[in-house]
Amino acid sequence: MDHSDLISKLLKGNTRAAARLITIVENDIEAAEQVVNSIYQYTGRAYILGITGAPGTGKSTFISTLTKNFIEEGKKVGIICVDPTSPLTGGALLGDRIRMKQHFSLDNVFIRSMANRGQLGGLARATEDTIKILDAYGCDIIIVETVGVGQSEVDIFKSAQTVLVLLVPGLGDDIQVIKAGIMEITDIFVVNKMDLPGADKKVSDIMQMLEFKSSYKYESADFDEKFAKINQWTPEISKVNSKTGENFEVLIKLIEKHKLFLQQSGIILNYLKNRIKTESIQILRHKLTKKIEDLMNTDAEIDKYIDQVIQKSLDPYSMANQIIKMLGLEK
Amino acid sequence: MSEKRKIKVLVCKPGLDGHDRGAKVIARALRDAGMEVIYTGIHQTPDDIVNTVVQEDPDAVMLSILSGSHNALCPVIMDKLKEQGIDDVLVAVGGIIPDEDKPFLEKHGLMGFYGPGTDLNTIVDFVKNNLKR
Repeated sequence: MDHSDLISKLLKGNTRAAARLITIVENDIEAAEQVVNSIYQYTGRAYILGITGAPGTGKSTFISTLTKNFIEEGKKVGIICVDPTSPLTGGALLGDRIRMKQHFSLDNVFIRSMANRGQLGGLARATEDTIKILDAYGCDIIIVETVGVGQSEVDIFKSAQTVLVLLVPGLGDDIQVIKAGIMEITDIFVVNKMDLPGADKKVSDIMQMLEFKSSYKYESADFDEKFAKINQWTPEISKVNSKTGENFEVLIKLIEKHKLFLQQSGIILNYLKNRIKTESIQILRHKLTKKIEDLMNTDAEIDKYIDQVIQKSLDPYSMANQIIKMLGLEK
Repeated sequence: MSEKRKIKVLVCKPGLDGHDRGAKVIARALRDAGMEVIYTGIHQTPDDIVNTVVQEDPDAVMLSILSGSHNALCPVIMDKLKEQGIDDVLVAVGGIIPDEDKPFLEKHGLMGFYGPGTDLNTIVDFVKNNLKR
């Protein structure tokens, strides 16, 4: 199918075209390829913020207040909210809009709910492509809210320039703060619900963790490059109240500070390289998986190998090596 | 990863009506039937609803009204959808809809009219069988 009509409307800032194209990239990976191919040259302008945190930390309410601040600066904001798909039924309940009650107009805020459709890592397969569509649509800032995460859903770190992690007082002790995963990908820690008792304790827990981290040197060079972003930037901590909007002006300054840091230190280029690499791996994985599945389900040769494995004249690893040969992928 | 087309449904409560139990039950039933359901909560204005439809691009919109204001709200929502050029979305209304109001609402393009006590399978089948795209 040809989507050039929708794409030219999208580039003119047509909201319905943007929404329809997102539906298309969500449902059809081949169409997604065409769409991204046509719009890619118009992307790269938007600044991408990742918001993550445990369920109940107030991510949606926080985003609503943050967005209000951004549109007051005259910015156009895109919001992508990812919620989990049920592994049993394939259905999903997307409820982030309930918390975004401010009556944003169609002209300056575009909110899209998205089910993760079983993808691990806190995002959906189509999230990357949706970011590109909203970028080409003309958003200055794109906010991506991940699934309410546990401790290691860190994919957002590869998609977003600045990652904000929301924490709340009274949820977990200081051991939670030193666990691996999310805490290590954070650029700015946001202690939300600052009016609750224990907010200052939370801030000091995070500060202690950060002091501990900075005295530690990573040894592997590869590891170093991959994590350059977090090694050189000392994460900031901010306390806010999303209900009243208290302290948001400070938080926005911190986001700008991080943006400036990325540009001036040249780390933005590393970030881009890593992002493109990860994205290609994801695309390749998807394409190869499909190729493998097609081969396994259609080729008569496969049944012969399976019989050999049953008869113990072949083991599963050797069978896999044979299949790699059939795919033309052997070294 | 399944690339099967998913049915996406918007469930919302227009107007000043706080009785949201029914809407939540419907949202959950549709979710359990494998659909992606957006629930926006109560007190949605017609503009809120139309904006959400434009951005989320759902296949169906399920309005739940128990306050008696369906004759006032539904036509406004339908007109605003038309203004946006949206004509391929199933729009259904349920809740407390008296029989004598149904022809009027049907004339405005609304369907459904299911009330309390309806078997949830009936509603799931209704959505599956009446999609416009």
